[in-house]
Amino acid sequence: MIRGDKLSKVYGTTTAVSSTDIHVRDAAITVIMGGSGSGKTTLLRLLAGLEKPTAGHIWYGDEDLCTMTDNRLYELRESMGMLFQYSALLNSLNVYDNVAFPLHEHTDLDEEVIRTMVSMKLEQVGLRGFEHLMPSELSGGMAKRVAFARAMAMDPKIVFFDEPTSGLDPISAGVISTLIRETSTKNRMTSIVVTHDVGAGLSMGDNVILLWQGRIIAEGTPDEIRHSDDERVQQFLEGRPDGPIPFSRSTTSYVDDLTHKPGTVRLES
Amino acid sequence: MSDVTFVQQSALAVFFGRLGRSTLSGMEKLGDATMLGFHALGLIFSKPWQGKHFVLQLYALGVGSLAIIVVTGAFTGMVLALQGYYTLAKFGSESLLGAGVGMSIIRELGPVLGAFMIIGRAGSSITAEIGIMRVTEQTDALEMMAVNPKRRILLPRIVAVIIAVPLLVAIFDVVGIGSGYIVGVELLGVNPGAYIAELVAKVGMHDIYGGLVKSVVFGFLIGMICSYMGYRSTPTTEGVAQATTQAVVISSVSVLIVDYILTSFYL
Repeated sequence: MIRGDKLSKVYGTTTAVSSTDIHVRDAAITVIMGGSGSGKTTLLRLLAGLEKPTAGHIWYGDEDLCTMTDNRLYELRESMGMLFQYSALLNSLNVYDNVAFPLHEHTDLDEEVIRTMVSMKLEQVGLRGFEHLMPSELSGGMAKRVAFARAMAMDPKIVFFDEPTSGLDPISAGVISTLIRETSTKNRMTSIVVTHDVGAGLSMGDNVILLWQGRIIAEGTPDEIRHSDDERVQQFLEGRPDGPIPFSRSTTSYVDDLTHKPGTVRLES
Repeated sequence: MSDVTFVQQSALAVFFGRLGRSTLSGMEKLGDATMLGFHALGLIFSKPWQGKHFVLQLYALGVGSLAIIVVTGAFTGMVLALQGYYTLAKFGSESLLGAGVGMSIIRELGPVLGAFMIIGRAGSSITAEIGIMRVTEQTDALEMMAVNPKRRILLPRIVAVIIAVPLLVAIFDVVGIGSGYIVGVELLGVNPGAYIAELVAKVGMHDIYGGLVKSVVFGFLIGMICSYMGYRSTPTTEGVAQATTQAVVISSVSVLIVDYILTSFYL
């Protein structure tokens, strides 16, 4: 089990994640949802070990990720995968080499076997036959599907998905959501999915966490979240602009800002 | 009402405050760059070996810089021959032209101008490439695929530059001396035997070793600085642009400073 204890991440004067406890169940899909800037990607990066927390600890079983040696971390990562929001394909490699990259790096398999595995992964995302294309020749959606195939190349035990359906057409988004669901169940994979797509999040998650201002405001099964009494949860699910979660992030008065003349000093009463 | 009172700082205090802050920040970056560079270089002794990536980088950075090195070397030698001939002719010592061109190029101009060209051609591309890999999260992707980006990205580039610079400088030296010969002997009428004889007599192994040591040290500096600037660049378009400019400026200034120090040892 992956566990975050009192996790905080501060960038300069901005607190992205604030003293958050999180438990990720094995062989289940944990969906982290929240508005833009709520800290969900930062939380995902903390759990993946891509960022060090300002405070708190991340436990993989009984091992602390924050004090782990580099070698041990890389050892753990051989059984992990990650789908990045903007794909993060290696620009100098074509589609085949991108998907085959982890296999070339960490296995001694024959090229024939690797070719078969890559074909299978690309078939899953509907891109078999596109092996020769370079990342610059792919659309955003295609790049994301290749990145998905790459993340799954080693049949990982733990996979982090950062906005897996954003930028995809409805058909591709549906296929990716189904693939996450099916692969997680079939391979008993632990999946952590960050998304602001309410429909996709609630349909694929076993456990849903809702973040706001770097804190968890609700956690439970999709049904528990749907029927939550919390006004903030309902506002987010329904996408209402009015409610306890303000749409505007400005902290000063709009009228004051419009009437304030440059070169003058505002005196607070 | 708050109880905060504001005190006007003297201009001197402001000046020393800024100086102190920038000195501390500079020292911090120097320490970080040194640790990052040596950490990457330390990985050379551990598996998996990066032989293929090192060869690819050596080709991209070394062979890619060959044309600019040949052109720069040729014109440097030609200008030196012209200027040298003009000066030496006043003393009736045109026969020393070969020695003058050879010593200037091997001891000083080859390593320094060669390093400048490599900074502009290869150093800037190292910083920009690594910076863009950061912007597009490719370094994070490598991390998540259990591939150490210091080993995969930094190490081959640093080692390739350390090896490519002395080789390119050697080519610069040969082309420079050769082009000096063409201008001095073929155009200005210096005796060819005197040009070669003085070159061989006056330029010793000590000068060649000096130039070689300089070029290895410059290669090390360029590799470390340009890799560091890319790896630690702010992952934005502006951040990469700024890091690339800074990498070129800092590498060039460092080459000049270290050149003075090494020259003072080798004279």
